[in-house]
Amino acid sequence: MSDGLHARLEQEAPIPLAAELHCAPGELAALVGPSGSGKTTILRCIAGLHRPRAGEVRCNGALWYDGSVDLPPQRRSVGLVFQSYALFPHLSALGNVMLAAGHVAPGQREAKGRALLELVNLAGLEERRPAQLSGGQQQRVALARALARDPEALLLDEPFAAVDRVTRRKLQRELALLRERVRIPIVLVTHDLDEARLLADSMTILHHGKTLQRGAPEEILARPCSAEVARLLDLGNLFEAVVREQRPESNRTLLEWAGFTLEAKHAPGFSPGESVSWVVAPEYVILHRRDRPSQGERENPVRGVVQECVSMGETTSVSIRVAAQQSIAMNIATHHARRNQLAAGMEATVTLLAEGIHIMQRDGAQRGHAARA
Amino acid sequence: MDWTALRLSLELAGWTALLLLPLGTWIARELAWRRIAGKAWLEALVALPLVLPPTVLGYYLLTAFGGASWLGQAYQSVAGRPLAFSFEGLLLASIVFNLPFAVQPMQRAFEAIPHDVREAAWVSGLSRWSTFRRVELPLAWPGIVSSLVLTVAHTVGEFGVVLMMGGNIPGETRTISIAIYDRVQAFDEHAAGTMSAMLLAFSLVAIGIVYALSDQRRRS
Repeated sequence: MSDGLHARLEQEAPIPLAAELHCAPGELAALVGPSGSGKTTILRCIAGLHRPRAGEVRCNGALWYDGSVDLPPQRRSVGLVFQSYALFPHLSALGNVMLAAGHVAPGQREAKGRALLELVNLAGLEERRPAQLSGGQQQRVALARALARDPEALLLDEPFAAVDRVTRRKLQRELALLRERVRIPIVLVTHDLDEARLLADSMTILHHGKTLQRGAPEEILARPCSAEVARLLDLGNLFEAVVREQRPESNRTLLEWAGFTLEAKHAPGFSPGESVSWVVAPEYVILHRRDRPSQGERENPVRGVVQECVSMGETTSVSIRVAAQQSIAMNIATHHARRNQLAAGMEATVTLLAEGIHIMQRDGAQRGHAARA
Repeated sequence: MDWTALRLSLELAGWTALLLLPLGTWIARELAWRRIAGKAWLEALVALPLVLPPTVLGYYLLTAFGGASWLGQAYQSVAGRPLAFSFEGLLLASIVFNLPFAVQPMQRAFEAIPHDVREAAWVSGLSRWSTFRRVELPLAWPGIVSSLVLTVAHTVGEFGVVLMMGGNIPGETRTISIAIYDRVQAFDEHAAGTMSAMLLAFSLVAIGIVYALSDQRRRS
């Protein structure tokens, strides 16, 4: 527990916080949540720029904050990349980095600054002022400056938000490479789920300053702990159902939904008759072929009417209405949709693979706090 | 040409600028960044000398510095001479009536520094003092130089408050603007004209510097 960054933060105002964050050395933890969910405030609390009402911040065993102790930012060994980069406009790229290397002997600061700028692929641009650099280059200077302190933790506040898509991909790749060389806890604030999935080892889902779920990105995406998390993750195919029966011996939970009985992977902890939410990822929805039997077609067959069939390049997004307000979305290959002559208004049957049906607590149901996926 | 008056004016301007540099910087920084209750009224107080008739300002300063006031008495007991109608009294008055000229450009300059740039300095390990010296001052300097130039120019040109506060004592309180008035009263048009032309050129150069600096800031 003593290694890495640990933060537990609580406050009521100005932004309510009830958040927990752990990040091991070498780990990249993503803080994900909509705007106003308190992501930036959490980073500011860790860096010492904002004082929460209560909680604790520790890094590698050193206490930074606990209500009575509150180290100023200067005494917390932390590097922070601001969303706006906040570069010193009157200094060159090298000057920006050197100014943050105050702990290094004066004679060695320049060498350190140059080495860091080389690390972030900015060799040759040392003498440029921030105004003479592109957005991506400014972001790199900000990263080099954050590393100049030899921090014990690196905090990145939406570092890729202000650059174009191509530059963003390039910078994300560079960050992934940088992690191999800098083995410290890295906390990345983002509202971009794809970014979190691409870069992070662990993900913390935040809403209104509260930690809703923590875990590996693929775990959270496959098994959100609540309908609220599923909605924040923008997962489609989120429905409500009633538990009909628990069959632990066959690893199944039976659900009643829209007149169908669905077999789902066993979800302990829910009693028969209980209202639950469930979600199925589009890749677990299989469209039956019309001309011949499809694989696994006896597993949760659901019949409905094609409501929408939108072709987008190689994939076609299909939505099948099963009951009022209950539509299942899926993506299929466009050639597959053509072969089946799929069109709005026609009847279609899909299989919902039991393995892919994830049952979770309904909105408003209280079942423990911040369950770990 | 009254060289003594010119020297006195420049001395007064120099001392005023020198003393207002730290004082004005402090007030400007506080007004720019600190959340203060009644900040609008504090700003109004600083700006008051801009709109108050010099005679009114001079009258109150004279009352505050006079022999009946605690300040006047304290000064009398320490220095052994009255504060009013002395160079020191004039300097104090000069600091008060130059406050808006010094504070306002500096305040605008500090306000223009984004808060996250200062926070970035703290997170980079710079102490508050280092942040001031290495980040805030270099970014605010055009505003600070503007302030000082305006203060000097305004001090050299001030007439009403100086006359009310200092009178017309050669070598002590007779500044160049008082000397011009004095020469006009004595029908010495040549001396008045020479000194006026000099003040005109001086003021033009000073204001030119201020505009050049603000132009440079806009472009950067």
